Amino acid sequence: MIEKGRTWKFGKDVDTDVIIPARYLNTSEPEALAQHCMEDADPEFTRKVAQGDIIVAGKNFGCGSSREHAPIAIKAAGLSCVIASSFARIFYRNALNIGLPIFESAEAAEKIQQGDMVEIDESSGLITNLSRGETYQAVPFPPFMQELIKAGGLVPYVAGKAGKQASHV
Amino acid sequence: MGMTITEKILAAHAGLDQVVPGQLINARLDLVLANDVTAPVAIKEFKKLGRDNVFDRSRVALVPDHFAPNKDIQSAEQCKVMRDFARQHEVENYFEIGQMGIEHCLLPEQGLTLPGDCIIGADSHTCTYGAVGAFATGVGSTDLAAGMATGEAWFRVPESLKFFFYGDKWHHWVGGKDLILFVIGKIGVDGARYQSMEFDGEGIRSLSMDNRFTICNMAIEAGAKNGIIAPDEKTLEYIKARAKRDYKVYKSDTDAKYAEVFEIDVAEIEPQIAFPHLPENTRPVRESTHVKIDQVVIGSCTNGRLEDLQAAAQILRGRKVHKEIRLIVLPGTQQIYRQALAEGVIDALVEAGAAVSTPTCGPCLGGHMGILAKGEKALSTTNRNFVGRMGHPESEVYLCNPAVAAASAILGRIASPEEVA
Repeated sequence: MIEKGRTWKFGKDVDTDVIIPARYLNTSEPEALAQHCMEDADPEFTRKVAQGDIIVAGKNFGCGSSREHAPIAIKAAGLSCVIASSFARIFYRNALNIGLPIFESAEAAEKIQQGDMVEIDESSGLITNLSRGETYQAVPFPPFMQELIKAGGLVPYVAGKAGKQASHV
Repeated sequence: MGMTITEKILAAHAGLDQVVPGQLINARLDLVLANDVTAPVAIKEFKKLGRDNVFDRSRVALVPDHFAPNKDIQSAEQCKVMRDFARQHEVENYFEIGQMGIEHCLLPEQGLTLPGDCIIGADSHTCTYGAVGAFATGVGSTDLAAGMATGEAWFRVPESLKFFFYGDKWHHWVGGKDLILFVIGKIGVDGARYQSMEFDGEGIRSLSMDNRFTICNMAIEAGAKNGIIAPDEKTLEYIKARAKRDYKVYKSDTDAKYAEVFEIDVAEIEPQIAFPHLPENTRPVRESTHVKIDQVVIGSCTNGRLEDLQAAAQILRGRKVHKEIRLIVLPGTQQIYRQALAEGVIDALVEAGAAVSTPTCGPCLGGHMGILAKGEKALSTTNRNFVGRMGHPESEVYLCNPAVAAASAILGRIASPEEVA
């Protein structure tokens, strides 16, 4: 799969309270969470962002709370993926589990500027900066993980596999 | 080759003799837990898995502590989703309001987290249980759903960092909170990312269980997968009074491999303050006394235990909270609350002018019971000082230990306990 979109750049150590403030966690509806995505970093963010846009950030993206609401809010806000120098471990796992593609590349995180158009080939991990004519390499996910992300996350992936197996019986 | 305590616990739960860092394993779980924020998402995913039952009714814990007692209609609905699920699946460790406490204070107190356990929780501070010598780590709701269904989870075996505290020349009023803030200040909020933090040495051995819970609780604030302290006599004394099932004590081998070993003289550590907006922004309290504050919070899964309340009462007894300060105290569990009442701790705090709440996470995550307005500053014994953590995005949170919080409540600014003691 190829992701393509305009980038929105944030700094290092973006925590899950910034991604989705706890004051909005009295619901777990993706659409409701999406309205407040990145609100404390940029109150206008969800109004400015377009379907398929990409978040680019520094080290330790998604640190703090274990709330799965964080990747859910990003995905539901229409963002196609996140590129960062590194990810906090619970966020990393949660993003994949809910089917939000994420890419680790310190070079991309440093060189991509706010508003650049970027294209990412999920199967090779190659990130192409269309605005600057540069490419950066992220480690691609193994095929099963790409399938899992495509399926929409761990649960639909497992359910889909169970369905396939059942249909063979 | 020798193994660390974390490696030994993971190996045992994966049915292996040996594991090494980086290895992917599938491990059996002794306990899975969630709260009113994370459980509703997990329950939604659990239902999609098509399982009729949780893997073991006695090994699932559901605690309505974040926005409970229900702060608004939406929170009430979230809590109801969890309550209905707990009743339907006859989850044994569901704690209703009145029995409930902050999950990471409550579950160890109830004897549900034991040495040698492998535990996942849909809450990042699940790492607290490392204080009893368990491997415990935070996960998201989907992982929790799978754990509730299967009683298993996959892990990448983490590398370990060792933090060895030596010496006995303690600064006055230094506790577990100061040790962990000092470490986070040293290594940063991603200094232990994906790794295990093992705490050891005579400095740790001399600390009470309450202080050890505080240390392991904040391992996540350095990005760690888990924090852990090998059990000793103090641990076993704590556990024996509570355990209702078997447990196993593990210790690291002397030839275990560590990615890095930090040796810290306890004499180096003064009472710490973490400045906004990251727990790594630490300074000694004596360099922080210029900061005027509006609110002081004493409580949370980090510092809501009996000794924390006792320390606050020791400072506040016979004194008054500054007239421009709101002091909010949240005992961690009903048992802690009752003990504090029996000892006159609560009376001393209320007499001084504290508002005492029923157990809840409440203001720690900006939920309820003490939200900050624009521009306000809070000094808090909680664990995070991120932007907007306790309320308005332009409010500020400073982190500290309970004695510093109490002294500051009296003086209306960040203050050392020595200024009032």
